Amino acid sequence: MNAFLKDIKTFPLGGVHPQEYKLSADIPTEKLALPKMVSIPISQHIGVPAKPVVNARDKVKVGQVIAKNEGFVSTNIHASVSGMVTKIDRVLDSTGYKRDAIIIRVDGDEWLPEIDQTDEIKREISVESDEIVKKIAEAGIVGLGGATFPSHVKLAIPKGKKADCLIINGVECEPYLTSDHRIMLEKTEEVLVGTQILMKALKVEQCWIGIEINKADAIAALKKMCVQYPGIQVQPLKVHYPQGGEKQLIKAVLNREVPAGGLPIDVGVVVQNVGTAFAVYEAIQKNKPLIERVVTVTGKSVLKPSNLWVRIGTPVQELIDFVGGLPEDTGKIISGGPMMGKALNDTEIPVAKGTSGILIIPSEEAHRKPMKVCIRCSQCVGVCPMGLEPYLLMTLTQKELYERLEEDQVLNCIECGSCAYTCPSDRPILDYIRLGKKTVLSIIKERNNKK
Amino acid sequence: MSEVVIYTIISLTGLGLIAAAILYFVATKFKVFEDPRIDQVEEALPLTNCGGCGHPGCRAFAEACVKADDLSDLHCPVGGNDTMQKVASILGMEVEERDKYVAVVRCAGSLEYRQKTSIYEGAPSCAVAASLYGGDTGCSYGCLYLGDCVKSCDFEAMYLDPVTGLPVVIEDKCVACNACVTSCPKDIMELWPQGRKNRKIFVACINEDKGGTAKKACEVACTGCSKCEKECKYDAITIENYLAYIDPEKCKLCRKCVDVCGSHSIHEINFPPRKLKEDAEEAGARGKREKRSAAASTDTAVLEAPPAENVDVVEMAKARRLKSREAKENNENNESE
Repeated sequence: MNAFLKDIKTFPLGGVHPQEYKLSADIPTEKLALPKMVSIPISQHIGVPAKPVVNARDKVKVGQVIAKNEGFVSTNIHASVSGMVTKIDRVLDSTGYKRDAIIIRVDGDEWLPEIDQTDEIKREISVESDEIVKKIAEAGIVGLGGATFPSHVKLAIPKGKKADCLIINGVECEPYLTSDHRIMLEKTEEVLVGTQILMKALKVEQCWIGIEINKADAIAALKKMCVQYPGIQVQPLKVHYPQGGEKQLIKAVLNREVPAGGLPIDVGVVVQNVGTAFAVYEAIQKNKPLIERVVTVTGKSVLKPSNLWVRIGTPVQELIDFVGGLPEDTGKIISGGPMMGKALNDTEIPVAKGTSGILIIPSEEAHRKPMKVCIRCSQCVGVCPMGLEPYLLMTLTQKELYERLEEDQVLNCIECGSCAYTCPSDRPILDYIRLGKKTVLSIIKERNNKK
Repeated sequence: MSEVVIYTIISLTGLGLIAAAILYFVATKFKVFEDPRIDQVEEALPLTNCGGCGHPGCRAFAEACVKADDLSDLHCPVGGNDTMQKVASILGMEVEERDKYVAVVRCAGSLEYRQKTSIYEGAPSCAVAASLYGGDTGCSYGCLYLGDCVKSCDFEAMYLDPVTGLPVVIEDKCVACNACVTSCPKDIMELWPQGRKNRKIFVACINEDKGGTAKKACEVACTGCSKCEKECKYDAITIENYLAYIDPEKCKLCRKCVDVCGSHSIHEINFPPRKLKEDAEEAGARGKREKRSAAASTDTAVLEAPPAENVDVVEMAKARRLKSREAKENNENNESE
């Protein structure tokens, strides 16, 4: 036991430990019945929105490309259901704004013939390294941890840089969410094969799977299985938010520090989520593009917290109906986890590639407390995992001192929300920092355009 | 004892003189020549440092004026034509007269007309709210009621109406410095030519959704029905993305578009109150000649009337609604009697 405890690692700077509330951890995934209508946003990833290649009244099959990538940092969007495209219209999505989406009326469940729908595990990797990256790009795979950064961009290592190891992110440090946990338990071997494919694409020999110790069953299952897969090791980690952040995870697992403003590849690491590893397995071994994902639907007063396989584009309302409807005391519906998720203002918003959970918060917990004055307790400074001074960044944003904001490294903020979580005066620190970050980014962009 | 005092005075005076000599030498040797006209121009400026001219402060604007070959690109919106004339006379240049501008609020979706769909509890700032979502009402284009524009105004020319929730521009105080325009994340504020007798007609809506969707979100949304476009004789109105826009350059302030607009999203400011319909009918009952002369007399009356006080656009819409509601109630009462 002592040896096991000694083995547990974490990142040293800041962080918080919110109550875990993993209500749906022991509940196996289920497939959600097909909805009648799906609306698939053309912008579900970071980067340029995809360009629709279907028109109204076109018939589509499951897995068919309906929107093509525009440029390098962009990705394909596939039909998640079969049926007829009714229209391409502006639909409210999780950004809170109306944006273009392809609306398909579901008719049967007809898949493209080349997709292998069996559950049989295919262990043999017959595809070459370059081919893998190309196939991942075609399959529309994005980082499924929540950031939705196109995966093929991460796998294309820039010239002059070299990756020496891969980290698979099974941390799931957000309270309530259990979708990655269930994937690790139920698709253990598929995740490992997916990991091997990623290792082959990156040409690396070593891989760590970082998992927090509140998922002991997943650690045990993967440890047992990974003996058969050379190079892959499981790294248990202390429960510590925001360990799922790339930079924190690298620091925890390898004790390497990504330089300010740098990327993980600067220290020779690539990080991918377990969900992404599974999606990669399906894309390469089964020819199945990213058309469905596991979504945790949970909350304290939800009748039946669940982990559901949901087709992309399904309205959130369908998921809520499945878990027994909206509880009476609902105060807020959040897409994602309670720390970094976003409140939804409509239940017709479609599930997108980055929707890891739907969290229903009762009204007594949903409301913010009134903002009080800053008492200079510096708790926010203590918990910031990036070593920033959140109270200062907030004030600078309020005073519109953007040059100083840039000097004070606002761009290094990972928006984990630890500062706002810990603030005894309930100040909306992260709200302002996000705004400041956005403004500074646009100023830098303008400056670069001038040059 | 007195010797010590004398030595101290002498030595300190000596030190002071040496320092003065050094300072004098440095000041003459490293003197930076500065055009004395910069100071003169700066004095002529209003010294508000608002940035409305596009320069960081009045001093920078004065420098730009002195450096410039002609003043065609430079204008101080706060001081207006008078100040620019003064600047031009200092520099011995010519300057063209420019129209005065005033900010207008292109949203009339007050709390009365828009249903709240969610509750916003985040930081009290429009910019923060807009970066999170479309807003707490069904209309994702409209005002967020959090008053970034009011906060940005250095001239106390704006306030948030507690009844409607919308910002109101006090035209007399507005100097068209552009601060509210840049601070509004929804691009609702726009600088509008002051117009003849301060009169303005504009579409108080920027919702680009289809008519039905827009109407569902807000009762006074422009649906892009193009009635006004057809009515306008001067081609001043264009419809794009289900939204009408009135070109202030072409608008002749005839108010015909205001009358045809079914959703009351076209607003008129500073016009005298209209002649009531009954009066017109009475006039119609009279002889033709009489009517013509009556119309002519009212027209002159209109021209001579002093500009009405700054009437809030929303107040006007509300008054109009109240009137129609009253009329309806009266009719109902009559019927029931």
